[in-house]
Amino acid sequence: MREIAFWVCAVGAVGAGVAVFRVDSMARATFALLASFLFAGATVLLVDLTYLGVLVILMMIMEMVIMVVFMLMYMMNPAGLMPMTMVHNQKGSLAIAIGTFAALAAGVYLVDWPTSRTPRPADPTMQLGTALMGPNMLTMIVLGLALFATIIATVVLATSRGRYERYGHRLDRGRPDDPVRGGLGQ
Amino acid sequence: MSLQDYLLLAAGLFSVGLYGALSQQSIVMIMMGLELMVNAVIVGAAAFWYFTTPDRPDGQVVVVLAVTAMAIEMAAGFAVTTAVFRARDVDMTDMAADLKD
Repeated sequence: MREIAFWVCAVGAVGAGVAVFRVDSMARATFALLASFLFAGATVLLVDLTYLGVLVILMMIMEMVIMVVFMLMYMMNPAGLMPMTMVHNQKGSLAIAIGTFAALAAGVYLVDWPTSRTPRPADPTMQLGTALMGPNMLTMIVLGLALFATIIATVVLATSRGRYERYGHRLDRGRPDDPVRGGLGQ
Repeated sequence: MSLQDYLLLAAGLFSVGLYGALSQQSIVMIMMGLELMVNAVIVGAAAFWYFTTPDRPDGQVVVVLAVTAMAIEMAAGFAVTTAVFRARDVDMTDMAADLKD
């Protein structure tokens, strides 16, 4: 049963991944990517990682919903009313991708992978939680710092009027140059 | 269902993502390719944990790391898209490569 479910998910994940770059509209590409992520999340569920599988699935749904909004904001042809090809060096990319797949697949079957005879933990989520709050605490701290830095960096990048627009290039303007006084209407 | 099957799936996802990241011109489509590649890491790390070292949590920690990397990539990518679009009014990499005229 698990075998069938795995192969359905595997074919679905790769098939939807290919569809991302073949469909005509940006919105459809986003939902194809969502389908690919959901199938891949299901394969994570199949190896008993309930928490991480659900985490991946929920995160991907939110990510793709946000991505659709960005698609409609910025991209041409979001509805797919016209055929759309926005590619460069397609043949070269295809050759590199096929070559990479061949090399990786050869490695998959040629390497003598280790197998484990130790019993699997009864609760993998408990194992992950105790690791992140114990021996792997440094990982969690670094991840938290990186996420915080991302918040600051994205706000700085996305803002339209930063302090240099408001106070001049030397930051020497006494009063900020705002369309509306009082710091509003930036 | 074996480690090889999972790694083959990961290799497939990685290659499709690599094709997308190399061939697409739209910045958001390139991000989609990168996300497919990170997704391959998630699948591979989960499989390694299950089939080789289920007694140690390291495989699961790698999955958490990859999920976070994907979230950061997505947030930073959209911020860069916004910045480039605001500065140059373009959404394609080839147009953003030219100097401003």
